[in-house]
Amino acid sequence: MVASSKTFSASKPRSPVLDRRQMLATLSGLTVSAFLMVTSSAVLADGHAELTSAKDWAKVTKAAKGQTVYWHAWGGGDRINDYIAWIGKQVQDQYGVTLKHVKVSDTANVVSQVIAEKAAGKDTGGSVDLVWINGENFASMKQKGLLMPKSWAPDLPNYQYADIKGKPTLTTDFTVPTEGLESPWGMAQLSFYYDSAVTKDLPKSAAELLDWAKKNPGRFAYPKPPDFIGSTFLKQIALEVAPNASDLSKPVSEESYKPVADKLFAYLDELNPLLWRKGKAFPKNVTSLKTMLADSEIEIAFTFNPGAASSAIANNELPDSVRSFVFDKGTIGNSHFVAIPYNAKAKAGAFVVANFLMSPQAQARKQDPNVWGDPTILDLASLNAKDKALFDALDLGVATLKPEDFGQALPEPHASWMERIEKDWTKRYGVQ
Amino acid sequence: MLHFAPILAIALMLGPILFGLAGSLAPAFGYLPALGGQDVTLEHFNRLVQIPGLTQSIWLSLSSGLITTLLSLILVVMLISAWSGTRFFAMVQVLISPLLSIPHAATAFGLAFLLAPSGWLVRFVSPNLSGWTRPPDWLFPNDPQGLALIAGLATKELPFLLLVTLAALPQVDALRNARVAQTLGYGPMASWIFAVWPRLYRQIRLPIFAVIAYASSVVDVALILGPTNPPTLAVQLVRWMSDPDLQLRFLASAGAMLQLCVTLCALGLWWLGEKLVTFVFTLSIGSGRRFKKDILWRWISAGLVLAVILSLLLGLIGLLVWSFAGFWRFPESLPQTFTLKSWIKQMPMLAEPLLNSIGIGLLAALIALVITTLCLEQETRAGHKAGRGALTLLYIPLIIPQVAFLFGLQLLFLLLGWEHSAFGLLLAHLVFVLPYVFLSLGDPWRHFDPRYGQVAASLGGTPWAFFFHIRLPLLLRPIMTAAAVGFAVSIGQYLATILIGGGRWETITTEAVALSSGGNRRIIGIYAIMQMLLPFLGFALALALPAFLHSHRRDMRPNTH
Repeated sequence: MVASSKTFSASKPRSPVLDRRQMLATLSGLTVSAFLMVTSSAVLADGHAELTSAKDWAKVTKAAKGQTVYWHAWGGGDRINDYIAWIGKQVQDQYGVTLKHVKVSDTANVVSQVIAEKAAGKDTGGSVDLVWINGENFASMKQKGLLMPKSWAPDLPNYQYADIKGKPTLTTDFTVPTEGLESPWGMAQLSFYYDSAVTKDLPKSAAELLDWAKKNPGRFAYPKPPDFIGSTFLKQIALEVAPNASDLSKPVSEESYKPVADKLFAYLDELNPLLWRKGKAFPKNVTSLKTMLADSEIEIAFTFNPGAASSAIANNELPDSVRSFVFDKGTIGNSHFVAIPYNAKAKAGAFVVANFLMSPQAQARKQDPNVWGDPTILDLASLNAKDKALFDALDLGVATLKPEDFGQALPEPHASWMERIEKDWTKRYGVQ
Repeated sequence: MLHFAPILAIALMLGPILFGLAGSLAPAFGYLPALGGQDVTLEHFNRLVQIPGLTQSIWLSLSSGLITTLLSLILVVMLISAWSGTRFFAMVQVLISPLLSIPHAATAFGLAFLLAPSGWLVRFVSPNLSGWTRPPDWLFPNDPQGLALIAGLATKELPFLLLVTLAALPQVDALRNARVAQTLGYGPMASWIFAVWPRLYRQIRLPIFAVIAYASSVVDVALILGPTNPPTLAVQLVRWMSDPDLQLRFLASAGAMLQLCVTLCALGLWWLGEKLVTFVFTLSIGSGRRFKKDILWRWISAGLVLAVILSLLLGLIGLLVWSFAGFWRFPESLPQTFTLKSWIKQMPMLAEPLLNSIGIGLLAALIALVITTLCLEQETRAGHKAGRGALTLLYIPLIIPQVAFLFGLQLLFLLLGWEHSAFGLLLAHLVFVLPYVFLSLGDPWRHFDPRYGQVAASLGGTPWAFFFHIRLPLLLRPIMTAAAVGFAVSIGQYLATILIGGGRWETITTEAVALSSGGNRRIIGIYAIMQMLLPFLGFALALALPAFLHSHRRDMRPNTH
């Protein structure tokens, strides 16, 4: 409520805005004007010819020129947002493509948006051109036919440098084959970080974490699922406490769900009261964890981005005594991608952006802890000397684990598991 | 043409509200053919009541609406009764006016930085006084009872209610009434409370209702300071409404109707409270007690008001410090180093939201200003007076909860294909900008000496010549102030921008609230500062331009009226 000081007044009744007859006339006028509004709304026709293949790259770049690409991507990390803005500037300069970052808080919302458009019969000119995606959302879009139906990613020029052989998660996304329907963007593995000046004993498994929390109540937290890093934490625990971990790589069934869920929720029933704020409130996302560690509210935080802690040190957000660690029996690892919805309006532009995201220039910048710190998907051996030098020049930072220290990357559970686990989590702990 | 100005104003203010309410009402009862809702049904209300935590959400909305208003009103009553006419009071006035132009979200951030367990207050006393080397494990802000939300809203509403009351003071001949009561032996505060407030209250009743309605349905402040598990009703609704799963819109629409009822219920309870207070007052006056000893209460009121102002100011300074902070470890009171890094990094990101905010704000303020001046000119020329109803009309957009009609409006715009258009966004902003511009300009306009007009007419000037050559230049200052008010209101709009703009129109406010979830205080600080800076610049311009244009006219300098 804003008003200026002297001029604001709830004065005596003497503001003759209109009398009753005028009011009636106004109300009936409103109805008419509403009709006028409806009829005058112009429909923007889409004149572009459809381009559904990336094979003829010259044709793609020509069609892309002048297009605006609406890229729906998680917007909760300011450094990622900065990086995406940089991508936008590059594709504008190099290809004449205008990139608009539509910041979403949960990619599931983008999926629902495309579903809604499909239900409304909007099969062309959709509002999403490119989406940052993996896992459950990719599985659901693929299954419901919401993605561009033909394989396109391998046709992108920069795909030849992707480390397809060495990184199986680039072609199998949470057990679902990608089939060229999404284009790789980055790698991730769950890692924990802590301030080595404060915390000395580190839990190296789910069971040890529970013991640690008993000794340090209120000093650990995980974000509220379905936030992706909160869900990842649940998966990590589920994989460790499940009587038979291999069940999780198959689609969930009534028989396989119960034993895992029983163990998982028994664990959480014990852990939650020992969390930050006694589990009565949960942090929002991965960035909140970082802030809370910086404030010493919690002692152990975690991230999917191995370079996050080093980036934060470079950015003055965390002390330089912060270090990373992983669980002894490994942590969940995966890749993330970009995909194009079937009804995207600027497909050529989306190809150009996806291709640029895989370029050595963009990948090296992404891996720089001063920028983002997200590991590359490229096979460095396949690069020419000049491009390779971009990566060699990177200083990954003190808080980033070396590839050999990361240990085993555990495979993601089948996408169907998390739907049920998240639902049950919300039922149990969502409202207090 | 002038004839249509009032009609246009009403259409722009109430049209979207009426259509919006209708647009929420129909789907609430299941009717929305475009989404497959053909039958009128109560199903969605049934679904609504089964949502876990709903009763708690309703309770939170009700209590934040009523307690906030009660707290800030009590403070205003105490302050004015105890201190009006003193130098302390003049100082408070000077301090509070600029605080009013700061958007709600920015003050909420400032308070959050101040009051959080890792916030400034705790840092000031740690570790020496408190012994804390780590932030205490308190759930505050975002406490489940909504105390942080209430505190945040009450601090922000205090300046609003205070200034509204000050504007109404001259109409009730306050000083002389209070003096008479004092000569009858009443204590200084009691004389105001018994002799002035009953009439003063009637003058500020509509703004009070606006505060109740606002506090019971606010979204942005509740997102920053409010409970999360469950949140207030309005926040819960916005989540459903922003969900692209369009089926949830039925639920959200039913919820919007519920929010309307909750707000009306809050207003009803307040009305009952008014009766009760009147009854107690009458008894108290009848008792003949004079309440002479009120010195303690005078100091309490001064202390509380100072605490409010101080916490607002400290919160804002805290934002500034964070935006320049290098590494800043708990419990240090100040960062180890200061750096421009955050600002330099954010500069390019700020451009688009800034441009959007300024563009929409200027357009909305300009349109509102043109319509308002035309309305007032029509009123002056017609020379007729309307009843209290006209004023109530102006307050309708401020009393109907935003969520209740913005949902319907968003649905309508969706069906019209306007969901991301600048035009739709502008329409939505005007609903809130117009009343404030009107309220701000109405009084100075009507106090304009009619004799200027008579002289102009007797010299053969046409009404339009008078309008452009005499009235507008003479009223330049209040006109510019009204425009600045409108601009500030537009800058502060969160819900309208996020719902109608559909995420495509990033403004400083939407970005700031979106970032609040990330929790990087340096960046939140930057956005909150920009959010404050824009209205501030608007008001500065509103003061500077007339001063510059009138610098060669002695009698039109600010201090001479």
